[in-house]
Amino acid sequence: MTVDVNKTDGPADPTPPAGPEAIKAIPVRHPWRYVSAVIALALLGAVVYAFAQGEINWGAIPDYFFDDRIIDGVLKTLLLTVLSMVIGIAGGVLLAVMRLSKNPVTSSIAWFYIWFFRGTPVLVQLFVWFNLGLVFEYINLGPIYKDYWSSFMTPLLTALLGLGLNEAAYMAEICRAGLLSVDEGQTEASHALGMSHTKTLRRIVIPQAMRVIVPPTGNEVINMLKTTSLVSAVQFFDLFKEAQDIGQNAGSTVEMYFLAAAWYLIMTSVLSVGQYYIERYYARGSSRTLPDTPFQKIKANMLSLTNRPAAGGGA
Amino acid sequence: MTAMVKAEGVHKSFGPVEVLKGIDLEVNTGEVFCLIGPSGSGKSTFLRCINHLEKINAGRLYVDGELVGYRQKGDKLYEMKDSEVAVKRRDIGMVFQRFNLFPHMTALENIIEAPVQVKGVSKAQARERAGQLLERVGLADKAGTYPSQLSGGQQQRVAIARALAMDPKLMLFDEPTSALDPELVGDVLDVMRDLAESGMTMIVVTHEMGFAREVGDSLVFMDGGVVVESGHPRDVLTDPQHERTKSFLSKVL
Repeated sequence: MTVDVNKTDGPADPTPPAGPEAIKAIPVRHPWRYVSAVIALALLGAVVYAFAQGEINWGAIPDYFFDDRIIDGVLKTLLLTVLSMVIGIAGGVLLAVMRLSKNPVTSSIAWFYIWFFRGTPVLVQLFVWFNLGLVFEYINLGPIYKDYWSSFMTPLLTALLGLGLNEAAYMAEICRAGLLSVDEGQTEASHALGMSHTKTLRRIVIPQAMRVIVPPTGNEVINMLKTTSLVSAVQFFDLFKEAQDIGQNAGSTVEMYFLAAAWYLIMTSVLSVGQYYIERYYARGSSRTLPDTPFQKIKANMLSLTNRPAAGGGA
Repeated sequence: MTAMVKAEGVHKSFGPVEVLKGIDLEVNTGEVFCLIGPSGSGKSTFLRCINHLEKINAGRLYVDGELVGYRQKGDKLYEMKDSEVAVKRRDIGMVFQRFNLFPHMTALENIIEAPVQVKGVSKAQARERAGQLLERVGLADKAGTYPSQLSGGQQQRVAIARALAMDPKLMLFDEPTSALDPELVGDVLDVMRDLAESGMTMIVVTHEMGFAREVGDSLVFMDGGVVVESGHPRDVLTDPQHERTKSFLSKVL
């Protein structure tokens, strides 16, 4: 046995490879990877043990997982997410165009809107919408519609206004960044071809801005799906509120929170996959090879795992 | 011969900086008009004034006998609406130094975009014409290719085809070969030479003195926002009269 001075040089195999033969070196050892893996696994085990010890009636979760009320709550959560995002994106595009316009009045109004809605918590906004009846007794749209504020402002409308108008402020900034990211030469080339401002925006600038706009918008959708849980505070029966109700009646509060968390996780996971495909669509023409789809990525990871030499630890 | 472009005392300032200090010149129909000069001399700015990408501050600029960007009624000038300016621009093709192809569209889509969207040409018709134009610039096999997959020279030739698809009566070239690798310059100049032979009126801002001498019908040397010297390219390039022209040419030739 030779003395092991340098760990990177293996003690065995002293004959150097002659000519362009494939190198058969002993790989670098990473002992700390094993150590950190063991620590991480121990901590994980402790957490799992703690939860297994606690008095949680795990059986209640599958019992209620596909309960009619839960499914109804899931659908309402999805509906609220989609509608709020539609309001948010439409409002955001409008505000972004207003902010970029040369008219100082419209751009200041847009600035003020964004300042206000981004600067106050969405929960506070929800309560304000819900209780505006204290200020306006009636809602009066002339001959079209007239009613008490309290019966006009249903939980659904409160939730939609609260979440949608708040989202518009964030979407406005995302859209503005996207529009500004497109090279000015594109607008010039389009104008030089005789295309109008609107056509330039619609056909040339916006499709390119989408590459910058889509990834953060995907994040916003996922965020929105989770933020909808706040609307239980204004008596809207979304997934969270339904789960809470069942939990209180059946005496399994914590279990139902776990159930709700599982549903939220499932929905956000599905959304992340969808986001990937939309990003691929808008990446066309920008990179020579399109990024892998999630499935291709998983496949590639599996292959690299099985092909990986045994030296790599599990950190 | 009639004047396609006529400039009378054109002035242009960016804030306090005066870039054009009174340009007078005439470009005849069917001629290849070359603009040369050191960077910062205002030649690109003047070119951009012709299709109203820049607004002039004083003087008059006419294209095909009509004022650029304004309407004259009596002795009053009225600014044109954006839509009116857009209509005028249909007849003026422009080729940029940095190509400015639309990156989210294939070569073919780049070419048919304006005819379909602006002129209302049917897609089938526009495609057929685009095919012919791509063949003319030597890129018949690149119809379905995105700009990022093309070399600079190929991109510039697609850009020329895109401008030609609108059937312009005047073509503006803003240093079309300055951003290209030297070995790719020739292909683009060949396309421009071919275009000149077909009788197109062309205004070319360029540093390619060989092209100017060979293809150009007139040449203007600009410096510091004024026209220093003008004449036939052969005369100006071989026998410059002004000191400033001489020293510029001695550096670039």
